[in-house]
Amino acid sequence: MPKHELILLKNMMQPGYTGSLADYEKTGGYQALRNTLGKIAPADVTAIVRKSGLRGRGGAGFPTGVKWGFLPKDYQGPRYLCCNADESEPGTFKDRQLMERDPHQVLEGIVLACYAIGSETAYIYIRGEMVLGSKILEHAIGEARAAGYIGKNVLGSGINVDVWVHRGAGAYICGEETALLESLEGKRGLPRIKPPFPATHGLYNKPTVVNNVETLANLPHIITRGPEWFAAIGSPPKSTGTRVFCVSGHVKRPGNYEVPMGMTVRELVYEYAGGMRSNKPLKAFIPGGASAPFLTPAHLDVKLDFEHVAAAGSMLGSGGVTVMEEGTSMVWAALRLMEFFYHESCGKCSPCREGSSWLVQTMRRIFAKRGRMEDLETLLDLCKNIAGRTVCAFGDAEVAPIQSTLKHWRHEYVDLINEAEAANLIRPEPVARR
Amino acid sequence: MTFLEKYKDEIADILSRYPVRRSALIPLLYVAQRDQGYVTESAMQEIAHLLRLTPPQVYETITFYTMFNLKPAGTFHIQVCKSLMCALVGSDTVIEWIKTKLGIGPGESTADGLFSLSVVECLAACGTGPMMQINEDYYEQLTENKLDRILTDLRSTGTSPLKSGPFMWPEPVKT
Repeated sequence: MPKHELILLKNMMQPGYTGSLADYEKTGGYQALRNTLGKIAPADVTAIVRKSGLRGRGGAGFPTGVKWGFLPKDYQGPRYLCCNADESEPGTFKDRQLMERDPHQVLEGIVLACYAIGSETAYIYIRGEMVLGSKILEHAIGEARAAGYIGKNVLGSGINVDVWVHRGAGAYICGEETALLESLEGKRGLPRIKPPFPATHGLYNKPTVVNNVETLANLPHIITRGPEWFAAIGSPPKSTGTRVFCVSGHVKRPGNYEVPMGMTVRELVYEYAGGMRSNKPLKAFIPGGASAPFLTPAHLDVKLDFEHVAAAGSMLGSGGVTVMEEGTSMVWAALRLMEFFYHESCGKCSPCREGSSWLVQTMRRIFAKRGRMEDLETLLDLCKNIAGRTVCAFGDAEVAPIQSTLKHWRHEYVDLINEAEAANLIRPEPVARR
Repeated sequence: MTFLEKYKDEIADILSRYPVRRSALIPLLYVAQRDQGYVTESAMQEIAHLLRLTPPQVYETITFYTMFNLKPAGTFHIQVCKSLMCALVGSDTVIEWIKTKLGIGPGESTADGLFSLSVVECLAACGTGPMMQINEDYYEQLTENKLDRILTDLRSTGTSPLKSGPFMWPEPVKT
């Protein structure tokens, strides 16, 4: 183990690798940049990335090269690259490792992306809690600047690229690309209505690309080894390359595992993560972070790529695989996630702001054995009126845990309500508002 | 000395990174918070003036983000993650243990002002839960023994060797 070639985690797995510039250069780091600047035209870099089939690793899975291609070609003013390092999706912790253990890999990807889209300024929007990560990145930027990889006239190519770390301040919604831009502009992180899209009206209303950390970290490898090499890994043609899956929950060896897309959940959980912690059977798992619907043991052989997970009724999302063993209350699990979404709703759209409050109150009531059978219809009705009716995808995300647990484990809700009715405890108690 | 005078060079450096002044708001609020442990009203007004914003524009931004304090927190601000992934591996036990040890609940501070406790949502350490953040440091894979040691260390030396370094999990197998 591992049975496959690692791409992103390879360096850091070497004994003694510190992530310093010297270490990174020893492994061939910044060669892609040297071989690209002034030697491959920016449009050709975009074409290479498009050909590789690389899709965004942040959650939405949009093809990266296509996204870059949306920038206006004849626009003369400044354009921006934002590295989305606001990793806040419960279940996901891969970007943190990529930034803290191999920051130059991310930086090289950032400079390559800047070159491809013609940007002279990149901001790394890192979640505020990751103080260590931001310090490591700041230090790495200093090293790269001194070595001529960042700054004016990068490697004598005439290209200027400045990279700055910008710490967020603890708001999950700022991982949404337009909310991230608002936050970077010094405002509340409220998502913007699209269109216009960031490609034309992004940061400071200028053409902007927002890419996830893992997406950018893939770029040096794609440039060095070619798009065909990358496109052959995983589940071509739509899910190419590897994914760093974050395995958490009731497994023996939780952690980040980089595997080719298309591996089954069973292999990931039982071979890589060591199987179930206390040898109880697996009861449920989330394949792509808190926003992804729950799946059951019947889905253990689902391939972890964009299409197969979607076909199974969930989504690959940010790659956060959370595993729950037999004995875990699914009502409780959904409630915990609901409390997260309730806390993090930015408040811009009424369906999400008010809906999350109603959902969490109803869920708390059911879990406290004070629920009524009609609550289940209320929950589903609320979900229907939130999903798809908000500015950003947060509304769809917050209903996923409830809809999917009600679909697969409705009997657990019913049992709690039956207990309540048997004990005549159905009178709801007011629940404290935040 | 005003806040702006005290951090003149640092503030100039921050401002130089952005073509639009308002972008410097969150970084400047961090400077203000580092200075006093929370963002004071006078710092808010100075920042508003510097960035050519109205005080409500600064206030609305501060109140949106959970990491800015509008009143002093304890010397050690303990934030325990309670999201599902940490809860599956025992964050509720951690919270109860801290409550028992320090005699405070979430949102409260100890009488000596040394510790304050918050219960927060996901901190991106799901594979190494249960976890908590104290000031700028993460502490992961918590057990009751580990918690005791951390609290003792913080009381006596102000820091603890049990804090997390650069994140790597699972660790490479040594050959």
